[in-house]
Amino acid sequence: MNDMRLAERTVDTQGKPIKFSCRDVQVYYGDKHAIKDVNVDLEDKTVTAFIGPSGCGKSTFLRCLNRMNDTIDIARIEGKMILDGEDIYDRRVDPVQLRARVGMVFEKPNPFPKSIYDNVAYGPRIHGLSRNKAELDGIVEKALRGAALWNEVKDRLNETGTGLSGGQQQRLCIARAVATSPEVLLMDEPCSALDPIATSQVEELIDQLREEFSVVIVTHSMQQAARVSQKTAFFHLGNLVEYGTTDDIFTNPQDPRTESYISGKIG
Amino acid sequence: MTDAVSAGPRRVGAQGATRKSLLVADARTRRRNAAETRFKAYGIVAIAIAMLALVFLLFTIVRDGSGAFRQTFIDVPVTIDAAIVDPKGNRDQKDMAGVLTMSYGSMLEKSLETWVAQNNVQIEGLGKADYASFYSSQARATLRDMVLENPEIIGTTINVPALASSRVDGMFKGRVTAESAEIDARTSLAQFRLAEAMEEKGALTTRFNWDFVTQPDASDNRAEAAGLGVAIIGSAYMMLIVLVLALPIGVAASIYLEEFAPKNRLTDIIEVNISNLAAVPSIVFGILGLAAFINFMGLPRSAPIVGGLVLTLMTLPTIIISTRAALKAVPPSIRDAALGVGASKMQTVFHHVLPLAMPGVLTGTIIGLAQALGETAPLLLIGMVAFVTAYPSAPPEGLFEPASALPVQVYNWTQRADSAFFERASGAIIVLLAFLFAMNLVAIILRRRFERRW
Ligand SMILES: Nc1ncnc2c1ncn2[C@@H]1O[C@H](COP(=O)(O)OP(=O)(O)O)[C@@H](O)[C@H]1O
Ligand SMILES: [Mg+2]
Repeated sequence: MNDMRLAERTVDTQGKPIKFSCRDVQVYYGDKHAIKDVNVDLEDKTVTAFIGPSGCGKSTFLRCLNRMNDTIDIARIEGKMILDGEDIYDRRVDPVQLRARVGMVFEKPNPFPKSIYDNVAYGPRIHGLSRNKAELDGIVEKALRGAALWNEVKDRLNETGTGLSGGQQQRLCIARAVATSPEVLLMDEPCSALDPIATSQVEELIDQLREEFSVVIVTHSMQQAARVSQKTAFFHLGNLVEYGTTDDIFTNPQDPRTESYISGKIG
Repeated sequence: MTDAVSAGPRRVGAQGATRKSLLVADARTRRRNAAETRFKAYGIVAIAIAMLALVFLLFTIVRDGSGAFRQTFIDVPVTIDAAIVDPKGNRDQKDMAGVLTMSYGSMLEKSLETWVAQNNVQIEGLGKADYASFYSSQARATLRDMVLENPEIIGTTINVPALASSRVDGMFKGRVTAESAEIDARTSLAQFRLAEAMEEKGALTTRFNWDFVTQPDASDNRAEAAGLGVAIIGSAYMMLIVLVLALPIGVAASIYLEEFAPKNRLTDIIEVNISNLAAVPSIVFGILGLAAFINFMGLPRSAPIVGGLVLTLMTLPTIIISTRAALKAVPPSIRDAALGVGASKMQTVFHHVLPLAMPGVLTGTIIGLAQALGETAPLLLIGMVAFVTAYPSAPPEGLFEPASALPVQVYNWTQRADSAFFERASGAIIVLLAFLFAMNLVAIILRRRFERRW
């Protein structure tokens, strides 16, 4: 299976359009300089993995991509982040609209304490994506199928989402994010709270999601990055040290820091 | 990690030297267990003391106050003498209204005299004064109202229960004994004997008395007629005002402070001051109410609107503090989840955070309301102690008319001389406790309904 993906990957990375283009991004938490001079182009229909030792700023950078850092009072962001030609930090941009286009899945599964149906339907409802119940039902089903959860929950859509197992909850959260038809899906260590079986289910799902979305995943597991991503960015102490195809990063790292991280010497 | 590694071998070595049986507790373990047992005992003692105090309190209140819900009535036929109630004989309402209640009193006395004669009751020293003071002065007024309302009963003999005086009533509740009656200026031994005889023959009964909760207060020498009606309405109006004002303002303020306000010096100062406000003695709020609402804004004294506003100010900090605690307890991951799918901050709060915080909000609100219901001091300062016998009308006008309040009524009654008022004060406390109990029940039910499984 891995071999097949390796083969795919070389084909995939050719000539994908750029989805996100980030220039000179700086992030400060108060006086702390958490992201330093990051320049990166994230490709469409690609899984990009952010790896690096804990505290190096992976989550911080990811959360900049849908302006979730706006909710942190002391966070300050500089630089440009261009999504399809528009700077998301432009004064005219409403982060609420942005977040419908750039969905997010969090480390700990966090379904709403509502029914499975309402969990998925919430986004489409507040964004007015459906005109009637039938259409909404369709969106919910499509999202749950997209998150490979439909068969497990189709008979109990009215049961509460928090009653599912951890892996199912995380896939429910993915379905919830997918339901607003975003263009980019951000995932912050989506498998760190899951057992190995649930992890492999979610990983398989991520691979499928790539056909429709541009996926950015933060992971502390290098094996996971190698398994699911086509591009990898290595962060270290707030710097983007190296960015390239996952193959290159893992087999032929250019920077000594990348090499020592890959080989388990730092982190 | 390093701890376990370094501690491991040492302990193994120590134990290896003096391995002891697991069946015998060593000195250290015994000391630890003894400490635990002592601690549990303290806890049980503390709870026992609290429960005892509660039981004692409830017992004394029920013992002293249950009498207020029963009242003694005289069931003796009364002849409505046309010559007295309608001296001009024209059945004209205006002329009949001119007849004083005093005259009705003489009819009642006469009916009692007739009863004594008919039943052949012989009591030494029974005189005119004993008949007169046998009845409550409320009884004549009630009879007069009845005649004015139904003039057709004039000239007939009717069976209408008449309120007995508080002394006679007290004879059936243990308040008045033969000994005390003898030396009491407002009753006599003859009256005591008469009451005994009447009770034996079924002409005097003590029965449940709704009037206690429906009728207004009565003056000092009519304890038997005093009721809680106006006080209950006054308290209800004030609770209404507190609920309508304090809940939305308190919840809105908490949401703003907790979810929207930037965390800076100013919000810190506001936060500290809200906590301080919760600790301000209630009498200070009364002075504030007097100065701000009555002297400055010119609102009427003794009116539920002023009481309600003062209690709102007092309740706000309680509601804000508990609401903020409830909002804080909602896990941030829920906010992230909602914001992550593109909900606005307001949608996040109202769709997800507030519903989850609702049990806490309701608990805080009801605790605040319960506190406000029992609050006395600030109401004294804004003139709620006034003697009010007229019911305030329905809101909104009624909010501006004089009324009393339950705790103030309790205070008021305990200040009066007649020991019958003490019984009524205890009865009023029972009513107050019943309301508080009901409110807590509502809080529990609402909390159950809003609670969601996590
Ligand atoms: N809300 C915050 N307030 C202050 N500092 C923060 C906050 N979040 C993260 N940081 C700091 O920013 C740095 C990067 O954190 P983060 O992006 O979470 O790292 P990673 O996800 O790579 O482990 C860390 O040093 C962390 O302490
Ligand atoms: Mg992180």
